[in-house]
Amino acid sequence: MKISAFHLMPYRELPADFEQRYESVWVTPPWWELADARRVGQYYNWTLDELQYAAKCGFDGVCTNEHHQNAYGFMPSPNLMGSVLARATNGTNVAIVQMGATLPTSNPPLRVAEEYAMLDCISGGRLVAGLPLGSPMDVNLCYGITPMEHRERYREAVELTLKAWQAREIFSWNGRYFQLATVNLWPRPIQEPHPPVWIPGSGSISTFDFAVEHDVCYCFLSYSGAKSAKTMMDGYWRVVTDKGRDRNPYRAGFLQLVVVAENDARAEEKYARHVEYFYHKCLHVPAMWFSPPGNQDYRSLVATLNNPVRRAENPKSLRYRDFVEKGFVIAGSPATVRDRLKEEVIKSLRVGNLMVLLQIGSMPHELALENIELFGREVLPDLRDVWEDEGWVNHWWPERLRQRTGALPAGIAAGGA
Amino acid sequence: MSVRVEAPIVAGAEARTIAVWQGRVRVRVVSKGRGPALVFFHGPWGLTWDPFLDALAESFTVVAPEHPGTTPEAHDDIYHLDGLWDLVLCYDELLETLGIRNAAFVGHSFGGMIACEVAAAYPDRVRRLAMVAPLGFWRDPDHIVNWMMLEPGALRAHVFRDPDGEAARRMFPRSDAQDAEATSARVRLVWAMGTTGKFIWPIPDKGLKKRIHRVKAPALLVWGREDRLVPVAYADEFTRRLPGSRVQIVEAAGHVPHLEQTASVVRVLREFLT
Repeated sequence: MKISAFHLMPYRELPADFEQRYESVWVTPPWWELADARRVGQYYNWTLDELQYAAKCGFDGVCTNEHHQNAYGFMPSPNLMGSVLARATNGTNVAIVQMGATLPTSNPPLRVAEEYAMLDCISGGRLVAGLPLGSPMDVNLCYGITPMEHRERYREAVELTLKAWQAREIFSWNGRYFQLATVNLWPRPIQEPHPPVWIPGSGSISTFDFAVEHDVCYCFLSYSGAKSAKTMMDGYWRVVTDKGRDRNPYRAGFLQLVVVAENDARAEEKYARHVEYFYHKCLHVPAMWFSPPGNQDYRSLVATLNNPVRRAENPKSLRYRDFVEKGFVIAGSPATVRDRLKEEVIKSLRVGNLMVLLQIGSMPHELALENIELFGREVLPDLRDVWEDEGWVNHWWPERLRQRTGALPAGIAAGGA
Repeated sequence: MSVRVEAPIVAGAEARTIAVWQGRVRVRVVSKGRGPALVFFHGPWGLTWDPFLDALAESFTVVAPEHPGTTPEAHDDIYHLDGLWDLVLCYDELLETLGIRNAAFVGHSFGGMIACEVAAAYPDRVRRLAMVAPLGFWRDPDHIVNWMMLEPGALRAHVFRDPDGEAARRMFPRSDAQDAEATSARVRLVWAMGTTGKFIWPIPDKGLKKRIHRVKAPALLVWGREDRLVPVAYADEFTRRLPGSRVQIVEAAGHVPHLEQTASVVRVLREFLT
């Protein structure tokens, strides 16, 4: 089992009536009314501190991700953050999991191939290369990519990236969206043939197919917990089987929100308002923005409109206890969290690469550190061996880190944050 | 190029599916009426045969092609067109196949922009050019709302002056119903917006200002006074570039004056096109 700490880098101090006053947390939230650059500088540094602390607390990897024009999570360049983390964690066994830079908005997408190669070189071969499609808000609304071309651009960019990392000869790329006469990447990644690739998704059937055909790790990034992800992930494993791949649990990644405290009641006291802030404010986006016309192909459009049950519940009508009960957030004492993660998430969805979000919404820095420390000390060690008895190899983890764990939890007591 | 004749989709009309673009793009063309040829380019919400087209068919042979990708069973054909240049060439091939050398063009909204682009690329194909609330330009102070991102209710209210009227109901499916008919109407609508949006995302100014001077045909602009989607101010962008063109403002109408004030728009068009 590999367990990584995920971070969104949200704006932590939105006004209480944010979702009543503003149209959306994404694309249109007014910077000058809501934010302060000095404060944001503090957030970026807290985010880096929190991820570095996770690295010290025994997590196997640290994850960053790309989003634009929002207060939900705004690392427009995850590779800037990843670069700091790669440098700061040198000498450890922690993977730098970029979840990651968005290919369709990088022109040419070789820029991502180059930066990932840089990160792999700086980190000594510890990179996990996430290749996300990018959300419609980021790619279509903020970055102006035509919805109908979004997936085609992405697919072409993935092929180009994989080839650019591996080609022994200089080559030319005469693509539909990208034309490059002389591709000769400097630098190349340390890992051969290339860093492990993870493809994050949100349950689209065509992404299952794409991930399985390319033999990469599919990561379901969900905020609705494992219970509602079950049907989706069962569908993914069906595709894995149908296409003749093995049922290696490391083919699957999953993101789960987690809060840990001394006991279940204390968890509610400490974290309830931050969880509600996340679901009520950070996910405040008009539903239409998730599916601009043309973004889904015709087949998927028909499937989606015929199955409105797949639409997620409106989280604004839910409170902390609902989120916990439904498994959107796994919360409580270390024992509660361990058991639920093991049964509901890891076993039920067959997940080998788990990502946990531990700084949630408005959660302040000190509390985020507490959550990270407690998870690292009391939860993580018990999950590590879940798949050990089945003998699978995590082909989607940097090879030199596969047999190792992160820093020993004992190091925390000695060194502190 | 191949032609297939189909059962009519409206009484008295004829539907043919014509394959252009090396056979990869199949376009259904609905035609009805008698008289000189009139090519109708529909807007971003697909082709709906309505009383407006029926009225025009009394004086003209109305020929209404479906935008590539919106023809049933040919949804993925849209992926064979990479941009506006490809689309304009497709229309030239289509008109050639139909044997239409020279005709009146009428286009609405997105279709108005396409009619104008075809008229700029092939000036001799167009005898008269009538554009109803066309896209094609961008002015920062006169923001064009991105209709593709509006909730169904808000979309109707932006397109129609009266969002609950009969014309609005004909173009937009009920958003509350979940039955099969409403669902397939919703699929058609979203796909029509996606396939047309492909050529104008994210700003519907794709260089018409560089080409519009090539248009030779006399031009007429028709605009609803209360257009909430493409403000009436955009009429100036066309008239100042098309010498001799004129604007007809339609009172008590939004972005679809031909459907909201059908009789008066048909009268104006008949006079201009005849």
